[in-house]
Amino acid sequence: MTATLEPERMPAFYPGRAETDAETAAHLAELEARTIYILREAYARVSPLGMLWSIGKDSNALLWMARKAFFGRVPFPLVQLDTGMELPEVYAFRDRVVAEWELDLRVEHCPPEEDMDQTLPPATRAAARKTVGLRNALARDKYRGVMVGIRRDEQATRAKERVFSPRALDGAWDFRNQPPEFWDQYKTDFPDGVHVRIHPLLHWSELDIWRYTKAEGIPVVPLYFSRDGKRYRSLGEKNITFPVPSDASTIDEIIEELMVTKVSERAGRTMDKETEDSFERLRSSGYM
Amino acid sequence: MTTLLNPMKISPMKIVVVGHVDHGKSTLIGRLLHDTGSLPDGKLEELTAMAERRGMPLEWSFVLDAFQAERDQAITIDTTQINFKSDKRPYVIIDAPGHREFLKNMVSGAASADAAVLVVDVAEGVREQSRRHAFLLHLLGLRQVVVVVNKLDLVGRDETRFRAVEAEVRAYLAEIGLEPSAIVPIAARDGENLAARATTMPWYDGPTLVEALDALVPLAPPLERPLRLPIQDVYKFDERRILVGRVEAGGFEVGDELVFSPSNRRARVKSIETWNAPAPKLAARAGEVVGFTLDEQIFAERGDVASHEASAPKLTNVFRATLFWLAERTLSPGDTLKLKVGPDEANVTLEAIENAIDTQTLARAPAVGVGHNEVAEVVLRTREMLSLDDHRTNPAGGRFVLVDGFDTVAGGVISTDGYPDQREAMRVKGTNLYEVDHLLSTQGRAFRNGHRGGVIWMTGLSGAGKSTLAMRVEQRLFAKGYQAFVLDGDNVRKGLNADLGFSPEDRAENIRRVGEVAALFAEAGMIVVTAFISPYRSDRDRARAAAGEAFHEVHVAADLATCEERDPKGLYRRARAGEIGEFTGITAPYEAPETPELVVDTSKASIETCVDAIVAYVDAHLAVRARAVGA
Repeated sequence: MTATLEPERMPAFYPGRAETDAETAAHLAELEARTIYILREAYARVSPLGMLWSIGKDSNALLWMARKAFFGRVPFPLVQLDTGMELPEVYAFRDRVVAEWELDLRVEHCPPEEDMDQTLPPATRAAARKTVGLRNALARDKYRGVMVGIRRDEQATRAKERVFSPRALDGAWDFRNQPPEFWDQYKTDFPDGVHVRIHPLLHWSELDIWRYTKAEGIPVVPLYFSRDGKRYRSLGEKNITFPVPSDASTIDEIIEELMVTKVSERAGRTMDKETEDSFERLRSSGYM
Repeated sequence: MTTLLNPMKISPMKIVVVGHVDHGKSTLIGRLLHDTGSLPDGKLEELTAMAERRGMPLEWSFVLDAFQAERDQAITIDTTQINFKSDKRPYVIIDAPGHREFLKNMVSGAASADAAVLVVDVAEGVREQSRRHAFLLHLLGLRQVVVVVNKLDLVGRDETRFRAVEAEVRAYLAEIGLEPSAIVPIAARDGENLAARATTMPWYDGPTLVEALDALVPLAPPLERPLRLPIQDVYKFDERRILVGRVEAGGFEVGDELVFSPSNRRARVKSIETWNAPAPKLAARAGEVVGFTLDEQIFAERGDVASHEASAPKLTNVFRATLFWLAERTLSPGDTLKLKVGPDEANVTLEAIENAIDTQTLARAPAVGVGHNEVAEVVLRTREMLSLDDHRTNPAGGRFVLVDGFDTVAGGVISTDGYPDQREAMRVKGTNLYEVDHLLSTQGRAFRNGHRGGVIWMTGLSGAGKSTLAMRVEQRLFAKGYQAFVLDGDNVRKGLNADLGFSPEDRAENIRRVGEVAALFAEAGMIVVTAFISPYRSDRDRARAAAGEAFHEVHVAADLATCEERDPKGLYRRARAGEIGEFTGITAPYEAPETPELVVDTSKASIETCVDAIVAYVDAHLAVRARAVGA
């Protein structure tokens, strides 16, 4: 049986299941149902299949829904694209969850920054390491499908994504010629050399993720909570991600903050500000 | 607990924005985001600075046109989803491109929307894409439309110009069965009648765009309709055998008896399975994804549809549909594609194009093909039985996509008019039949034999040479190492069918039994060659349904004159003399196969050539190359 989290073993960052009002519950149930449907479509139609796990709040929620979709087990490996630059709290969290949830985690060590396209601005170049890491993981484990927990509301180019988004072998995204996708009929047939990125969280917002995290009692890395007037709103490598000013030290306070803020979620990500098209260039060449 | 459930305040309503190119869709959205206070801090300044760098004035459409390529071309390439809020509720707006070649993107955006905003330029009026988009919205199932007549600022905010376009739009929408919730005159660039009421158009007393949107009703899952639960997968992670799927309509409870289509098998729901749920789940309803177990281990698989007995979907292998065709190449009768209805898949052949529909004039006319981005009414036929619904009674079970190779090339909605429900014909009469799952796999048998099992079903007139060919093919196959056996009148009528005479009913039953026995032979790994006239398509279809993918139809196509001249048993002579009633080809019809796997014509080619062709077909389709096993 899958390990369950006993209340007495719950550290501070396991928030515990919370009462949710009926409207929020109905809304979250609708979002969750859609994600579970997509997860099951992917599992039924694409093999071998893997899931990228960044250990952030979004991919934690996705992982949680995978456990729901498959009744307590995750029937595919998780892949962490590791640059060695995550914050120590992230690694501690990862090791704990992997052990308790009995996950099949494959850590992919990303190649060094010197190997990246030197025409990219510095922070974008650092992020590009994950693109290459993913390419290496795909080549080695021959995944036909990789699930990624991106959301439409995060960033404008992600807003254009399909749920099932085919990629060439080098990971390139042909955003000008995306397949039609309607009536929940996803593209599941591909020629050799093509893999598909599957995006089960596209329809969630940042606020939804926090509401769901609270309602389900999903563990999160404590870096999301305010310390000394700052918190991480989006988790990334320590060299290119910075905490933003915030006093939100509980999930409820984060939810309150998000209901009024107009600051973009990726405000603490330096690469987004380097040039107008940094993120677009990254994504076209295979970034998540 | 709150008793009245009102997710409206939290769940965003999905709005698609459509219209002819350059009628101002992206401008409308950009301005709407700004006017409702939905732009992130600094976004306007960022865009203004960017426009200055490029030496051009700020355009509201820059908000959405995130891609550099789009800014350069100044058109929208793909659908974009953006959130905004009114005082009443949140919205997700989907911007759909107006360029003709990007129709597939518009469809992708529009199909998931609760409602549509149709943007029409007051100076240009209803144009080609305005009509096409409106027609497709209706086909996609959207029923709520708000029309905005844009660019009133360019015509001096003239009421007469607005009223003319309003009447034009209303007339077209009425013809396709859509009634707009509102028709709003706006000047998107200046934000007039979007979020705030314009003081510049005192002649207009209707709602603003935001007021019109706030008055729309979100789509609700069809709880009141009969249960439809398409099976997405079957999991055996542990001792439980869990069937999973999404309830598309209606609902069910633990203990309900469900019938699975098209197999017609029945079982009761033993449990609804959950993980990390606060309490056991005893019922499920439309919109939920569920996992459940059954009290009997019946065979069920992805693509089956669970329902209640009294309100099961229709079973048929032929149906009418209205489809839109997205591929560059022309769709023609006889084309075979992959059909996807919910999780179900089947090969489908375009049997006929009944009408092409001109989305401009709505005229229906006969057509020989369906071109890029065209709409047509067609008849589709599958080999296997499908469980289908009319899209008007169950949207989710009444719509499909077609896949050609690797690509989705069409979408369509099903009409069940004109073709009968075939459920009775499919029914297994015995009531104590339970499927026992075989422990040996088909692949295992194929590996042992070096070939898959199959039914080589020969059909053709009396005297066409079926029996001669069958015996020669059997001999050749055996010599090549195949397990082969012939079923013909001689060995079947002596025992298995000794109780049958030659009445039309008995002949149909004769063919039914041969079809079932042949299917068993094929399942056992044998290649069985049958040699029966089998003149009726429905009888052969039933034999095909019994053997499924293992069925291979060979039309032995000698013409009637040749057969009558050969007359090996003197039967034609006797039929002509009136000594035999109901003789195929003379007094009873022969329905030639429309899409046989193989045609051999013994009146044009030698027997040896025909045998070669059949053996070559078997080599190509049933032989298992070592590396193909398990593939």
